[in-house]
Amino acid sequence: MFADYTTSELMSIFAMQGFAGLILFSVFVLMALGLAIIFGQMGVINMAHGEFMILGAYITYLTSNVFADYMPNLFGAYFFIAMILAFIAAGALGMLVEWAMIRHLYHRPLDTLLATWGLSLILQQCYRTIFGAREVGVTLPDWLMGSFQLTDIIEVPINGIFVMTLAVGISVAIAALMYKSRWGIQVRSVVQNRPMAGAVGINTARVDRLTFGLGCGIAGVAGSAFTMIGSTGPTSGQLYIVDTFLVVVFGGAASLLGTIASAFTISQAQSTMEFFLSGSMAKVLTLLFVVFILMLRPQGLFSLKVRR
Amino acid sequence: MSYAGLRSLLPKNDLINFAVLALILVVVLPLSLDIFRLNLVGKYLTYAFVALGLVLCWGYGGILSLGQGVFFGLGGYAMAMFLKLEASSPENTAIQSTPGIPDFMDWNQLTELPWFWQPFHSLTFTVIAIIVIPSIFAYIIGVAMFKRRVGGVYFAIITQAVAAILTILIIGQQGYTGGVNGITDLRTLFGWDIRTNEAKYVFYFLCVFMLFLCLGVAQFVRKSKLGRLLVAMREMEDRVRFSGYDVANFKIFVFCLGSAFAAIGGAMFTLQVGFMSPTFVGIVPSIEMVIFCAVGGRLSIFGAVYGALVVNWAKTTFSESFPELWLFAMGALFIGVVMAFPNGLAGLYTKYCEPKVNQLIARFTGKSNDTSAELAPQMKTEGGNP
Repeated sequence: MFADYTTSELMSIFAMQGFAGLILFSVFVLMALGLAIIFGQMGVINMAHGEFMILGAYITYLTSNVFADYMPNLFGAYFFIAMILAFIAAGALGMLVEWAMIRHLYHRPLDTLLATWGLSLILQQCYRTIFGAREVGVTLPDWLMGSFQLTDIIEVPINGIFVMTLAVGISVAIAALMYKSRWGIQVRSVVQNRPMAGAVGINTARVDRLTFGLGCGIAGVAGSAFTMIGSTGPTSGQLYIVDTFLVVVFGGAASLLGTIASAFTISQAQSTMEFFLSGSMAKVLTLLFVVFILMLRPQGLFSLKVRR
Repeated sequence: MSYAGLRSLLPKNDLINFAVLALILVVVLPLSLDIFRLNLVGKYLTYAFVALGLVLCWGYGGILSLGQGVFFGLGGYAMAMFLKLEASSPENTAIQSTPGIPDFMDWNQLTELPWFWQPFHSLTFTVIAIIVIPSIFAYIIGVAMFKRRVGGVYFAIITQAVAAILTILIIGQQGYTGGVNGITDLRTLFGWDIRTNEAKYVFYFLCVFMLFLCLGVAQFVRKSKLGRLLVAMREMEDRVRFSGYDVANFKIFVFCLGSAFAAIGGAMFTLQVGFMSPTFVGIVPSIEMVIFCAVGGRLSIFGAVYGALVVNWAKTTFSESFPELWLFAMGALFIGVVMAFPNGLAGLYTKYCEPKVNQLIARFTGKSNDTSAELAPQMKTEGGNP
């Protein structure tokens, strides 16, 4: 399959596909970070994660419409406001869901899976009722349009760079929060030993709620970023949920670094193969590869050594 | 088998359950419904096979598979491939550029039958393949997972990924599988038209017969030592392991059994509905199959049948009259079953109805004993009062 191309063309193809893979990687990282916190740290399977992401996307869509109608001269800046609103909305909904549903099911992880699946169906139908079944897209502000021309063949879209910067920034912020802040220490201690964490005076119920809310909030930001590279429909979230779970499991559930590494591997493999094979075969091969590795190494790429 | 052995395999309550289910499926429904509705019931019953397998895997063994649609699909596709080959005989497909191959292959510029379609000319091979291929597939997944002590949530996610892979593969390889439309336009079985009302009755009763066969196997597993080991493993896996049992083998066995049930269901589905498509394979249908089992009661093999019937009937009724409400109802069903009724319909039955039924039975048997035994009146009041 490589024979039809010259070496320099091949290099450019790899560079272009590599960059397309980096954009996919950023979306995976943003989605998987929230899930890594919820699933990796708390052990809760949130099948509605994709719907929290879509909530963020719809909030961004609404914000962009409001800005276009009432404050057209500030339109260039709407995206930052939208991200903050998306974070707040998804996070608040997440905390509500945790209070109403998840906290009763902490000792039954398989049941959280079914209950959150039910939640995802309800949310999907809500979106369909409110926003309609058709996909919606946002208008990008001017400064995000266009692309840099690096060489004759290679060009790099600006919105891609922005999404990547966002992904890196949020990853660093989460890492700092989880491993450097006092609150991160509380979260990790609750995960490792709930009764002892409670005994030393940590309000475990509150930590759980905030952690779940944070994970959902990040999903909201991911959805916000998602609007820049694709359109949003009621079932867009469901398309990504299995991929995202595989990213988290493949990386090793409790490791943030593992999540990032596996998002990188999966997205690069997929986008490079996509150029040479059909899209569906690229996806099949990537997923098979991940499942195969997981069969050989069930704990994922990076695993914490915890005495059980 | 001795009488005592039979009694321990089939205690009185289960005997009554079997009888009631048989009465409903064999007598009441065929007499009260027209053939269109009966055919729908037959379609719902094919999901009962899957739910039955899930009762054994999930309820008893604690293994939640979110990929049962894969096995349902494999069984269904095997059956569909046989029927499709019969429907695309050279005479029927004379207008194609390559006569004698299924129409979708012709549309996708294939000029000869792929090698894996060849054996499906034989019905014997197809019937064996329906059971064996999904079991082997389940065995491979099971060995890879359970021997490495992967279970619970991870197993669920990986089976879900397998369901995703198979769906994408089927849709992507249009020339070999019929793509997103699936395998359609199935006509005859050995020259016998399968689309007539008469054929639909035959297939309905065949489906009920197979379901009772599978229920019998499930009841046997449940009452055997294997069934008790499964429950023990679910509750305290390490303790079973330390008692000297190879936990993984039991899990692999029950997973294979569940997948074989699902595959039989899939084959019955193809026969009754007349086509097979990837929409019954993927993630969404696979999770819906879990909800049939959960609504019926994850610990009851009869609950699985009623759960599949009730949820599917509700789905048809709702989506006919209030299509928007169906997803809300379905979501609420998931949440409600998990949070409020973890044992499903069967749990409600054992809690509220069974004591009353037992009272009734005690009263009847008490009356019949009235003349023969002197203690009978006392038993009768005991049965009547609480």
